[in-house]
Formats: sequence, structure tokens, C-alpha cells
Amino acid sequence: MTDLTNLGIAALRDGVASGEFSATEVATAFNAAVAAAQPALNAFIVTTPETALDAAAKVDADRSAGKTLGAMAGVPIGMKDLFATKGTQTTAASKILEGFTPQYESTVSQKLWDAGAGMLGKLNLDQFAMGSSNETSAFGNVISPWRRPGDTAPLAPGGSSGGSSAAVAARIAPAATGTDTGGSIRQPSAFTGISGIKPTYGRCSRWGVVAFASSLDQAGAMAQDVTDCAIMLEAMAGFDPKDSTSLNLPVPAWTAGLNADMRGKKVGIPREYRLDGMDADVAKSWDDGIAWLKDAGAEIVEISLPHTKYALPTYYIIAPAEASSNLARYDGVRYGLRDLPDGAGLQDMYAATRAAGFGPEVKRRIMIGTYVLSAGFYDAYYTQAQKVRTLIARDFTQAFEQVDVILVPTAPSSAFALGEKSADPLEMYLNDVFSVPASLAGLPAMSVPAGLDRAGLPLGLQVIGKAFDEQGVLNASLAIEQRAQFSARPAKWW
Amino acid sequence: MSVDTATVAKIASLARIKVTDAEIGAMVPELNGILAWVEQLGEVDVTGVEPMTAVIPNTQRLRDDVVNADPLTGGDMRDAVLANAPAPEHGFFGVPKVIE
Repeated sequence: MTDLTNLGIAALRDGVASGEFSATEVATAFNAAVAAAQPALNAFIVTTPETALDAAAKVDADRSAGKTLGAMAGVPIGMKDLFATKGTQTTAASKILEGFTPQYESTVSQKLWDAGAGMLGKLNLDQFAMGSSNETSAFGNVISPWRRPGDTAPLAPGGSSGGSSAAVAARIAPAATGTDTGGSIRQPSAFTGISGIKPTYGRCSRWGVVAFASSLDQAGAMAQDVTDCAIMLEAMAGFDPKDSTSLNLPVPAWTAGLNADMRGKKVGIPREYRLDGMDADVAKSWDDGIAWLKDAGAEIVEISLPHTKYALPTYYIIAPAEASSNLARYDGVRYGLRDLPDGAGLQDMYAATRAAGFGPEVKRRIMIGTYVLSAGFYDAYYTQAQKVRTLIARDFTQAFEQVDVILVPTAPSSAFALGEKSADPLEMYLNDVFSVPASLAGLPAMSVPAGLDRAGLPLGLQVIGKAFDEQGVLNASLAIEQRAQFSARPAKWW
Repeated sequence: MSVDTATVAKIASLARIKVTDAEIGAMVPELNGILAWVEQLGEVDVTGVEPMTAVIPNTQRLRDDVVNADPLTGGDMRDAVLANAPAPEHGFFGVPKVIE
């Protein structure tokens, strides 16, 4: 029998449906792969092999009974530990939530279980999704399965969805959920040679997802290829009355609509993304992407997004501001950690609990957010940032009057080594330079593998689409995927 | 604009995060580095630009005014609500005494 862990969503689902193998065999194979890799990669915070087997047994029983199987039936996945899972610890990779056992299931995870998926475990991430390297987790770094040839230095899997990217790249999970606030699906996907899509803001319910920056947070799919991402996103998305920003729109049949023919489509290339001193391999992969989309029939159009350079500083005001408000709920009263020093009053308990429970990057962002929202500074920082955000979104609206999709690199470099950027917060923030603008504008965006750089590490290309046009994003990504022919895999060392 | 140790101590107090003097000392240059960098937003001409309030146009919905219309977010859930509390007492959240 083929090694089941090499298969993606579509192949696993179809194999289970046809009886080529059982869902239980699939879950057993992935449970074993997870257990074998966990000591080396640390991709999971908790593993849930029994949960995966229970879901598989139900799929096998349903198949035997002749019932219609769901779109993800028999596919065990990794669940980013930012989604509340009933009865399974949910931490956001923070000590402040260690031991927190949700009494309810997030809408997105419930939809995936309803579609027949099973859970292999809860995936590690940057603490509260704040980070670009998975080095801010309270449960240890995730180690990328990728290494530079001839070098054993541990590399970053990207962040914040670093457990998700590492698990899919290492083939210990066929797919994983991610969340994206400023690039947390796309950048780790690029770093590990997998595909990842963030849909339009509001497509996936935020109910039951630990909040970071609510006007930006959006769940999405991370998988081996574009088709698998389409299948999974279709299962995750949909209107949810429990999320006030959920889009009340039907979920299009993205998988059925996949079409790599780009004839008649215009692809925008924003000149502001060609930064001085851009990495030569990143620039070359971008040129490759342009050639591939041309080959697929698209017309290439140079465009301008004039406020691009202001996206990152805008993001680093708005996201911390929202985080400082969202994270006020961690007070040691209702759930999570409580640190009550002897003789302490209520205010002392709050301060001690938050000092003990939050990691340094989370504290830093709460502090920045508190400052930019404080009396006297609110207008200079926060209101100004919200106005610039309007201009950034307007740039995209105007560009999309001329083009159907936009093609840019996903990240300014391939994966860096752990520790390489963690000393300087600003340097780490700059890693999000290409992913943040689409987040600020709420647009769908996808990273798809483009090739390897001179260090032998994956590079991603990013397709940004109009609001609600996930189909256009998926189609252009598919056209790239078919021409990039990316088949590199990390050599197994774990 | 830049922050000094007194300002950082004030922010930490507003954010309800206990910090040591050493931590404050380390945070001052870090926060100043970040604030100096975001300062560049001041050069953008925002005359007549409205601050963004909703990234994707949407309308606010109201749920039906029915008790427990959605059982997941409705009432009668005391035990579930208290299940993760660090110190539940008599069906309530326990906190340190606040009135002497």
C-alpha cells in the first residue's frame, strides 16, 4: 500500500470513499507520524490520537451504512491551538491559558468535524498569534522540517501558524487550520513550501477563535496544494450569526470552480513592492511568477499601490491597539492562570497574573496598544493609523478597477534560523512587509510555492484578490502551481 | 514622541501588568524604537479621509429578542461558565476581598 501520509486531502478523501483504504488506517498512519515527529519538531501542543480515531471510526461506519460522506471525510487534520475545542485544552500558546478546557467548540472547527475531518491535535503557534517565527510560544519553538543543505541549524517554520506549516510540510498532517492577522497563514506557508489561503475578512467565523486583533483576524486553510486548500476552505467558511462581522453570503463552490486558464485576466504587479535591496532570489521568483501567469494567458499590468510603505507601521498601531483591548479579559478571575501573591488585593492580582501569564512579545504589544490608545495620544497614533488604513484599502480598490488579481512575493526572504531575528522586535516585524497590506484591506490572499532559493529553501508567491473573489485567487494560484511544478520536500531527519 | 521610565511604568499600570524596574529599563528603548518607526505615519496627508471603521462593508445585525434563542450563547450555563474559573465559590467567581 502507498504511504498514506504522503497523500493530501483530496486523495485521502477519495481513497476512503472508494474503499481503497479505511479512515481508521489513515488516522492510524498519521497518529504514528505525529508521535514520531513530535520530539524533534514540537509542532503540537497536545496530540489527540483518540479523537482522530473516533472521527475515523464514524466515517468508516457511515461508509459501511451507505451514508453520504462529507467533503473532508476520513481526513485527519491539525487544529491551530487558537480554536476553542470542546474538552481539549486550548492555550493560544500562552501560560495564561494553560489548562483552559473550552466548554464549547469554535464554529470553524465544528464545520470541519461536520464535514468528516478528524483532529490529530492542537498545533503550536506564536503566543496569541503574535510573531513571525513561532519563537514566542510558551510551549517551546516549533522546528521547521526544512534545513539548509549540509547544515543542522534549526530554522523557523514561520509564524504565527508555525505548527501548522511544519506539520503539513513534514507530512505528519495532510492539512491544518491557520489564522492570519498580518500574514500568519501566508508567511509560514511560504517558509515551508506549502499552500495557504486567507479568505476575505468575514468569510470564516471568528466565534471561538482566541482574539488577537478582531478587525484583522481571519481563519484559513493550509495544505499541500491549491485544490486541497479550496476543499478545506469551502468546509470552513460560511455565515455564522454568532460573529457580528460574519459575511451573510453563500459559500461559492470554489473547488468545482477551479480553473487555471488565465486568458482574459489581468494581473497587477505593484511597483512599490519592488523594494531597494530586494533579495535576488525573491525577485527572480517574482519574475518567474509573472512569466507563468503570462504563459497561462494573463495580461500583466504594472500598477501602483502608493501607500504600501505605510502598511506595516499602520498595522503595528492597529493590531496592538486591538490586542490590548482583547487581552484585557485575561484577569485571573474567569479562566486561566491566577497569580495571587500573599495579601494581594484585586488590582495586584490582575497585575501579577498578567505578568506571570503573558510572554515578553505579548506584553510588548499590549503596552504599545495601551499607549497608542491612551488619552492625549489616541488621535496622533490610532486615529491617524485608521485613516491611513482607509487610504491603503482605497489603493487596492483603485488597482482592482484595472486588474483581476495582484501578484507579489509572500515574504522578503526564505526561512531564517531560530534566534536570528528574535533579539530585535522591529526586524521581526519587517518580515510581514508583503503580507500586511492585504490584511489591512480585508482581502483574500494566498501563498503558493514558487521554487527554492540558493540556500535550498522554499520561496512563496502571493496572489491577492478582490474582496469576495477567493475563486480568482485560487485560480491564479493554481496556474502558478501547475507551472512551478514544486515538488521539493525536506529530507527526513526527525 | 518618546517614552521615559515614568511613562512606561504608567503604561504598565494602565495595562495591569506588573513590571520590575529592570523590565521597565529594557522596555524603554524597545518601545521608543517602535514608536519612532511608526512616527512616519505623520507624514501621510489624511485631509478629508475618514478613519476606517469596517474593512468589508457589512450591516449590524440584531438577534431576535428571545431568551436563549441560541443555546450556545444563551443563559442557564452557570456550571459551564464556571468550569475553568481558578477559584469558583458557591456558584460565583471568587476574587480577593475588595472591601475592608
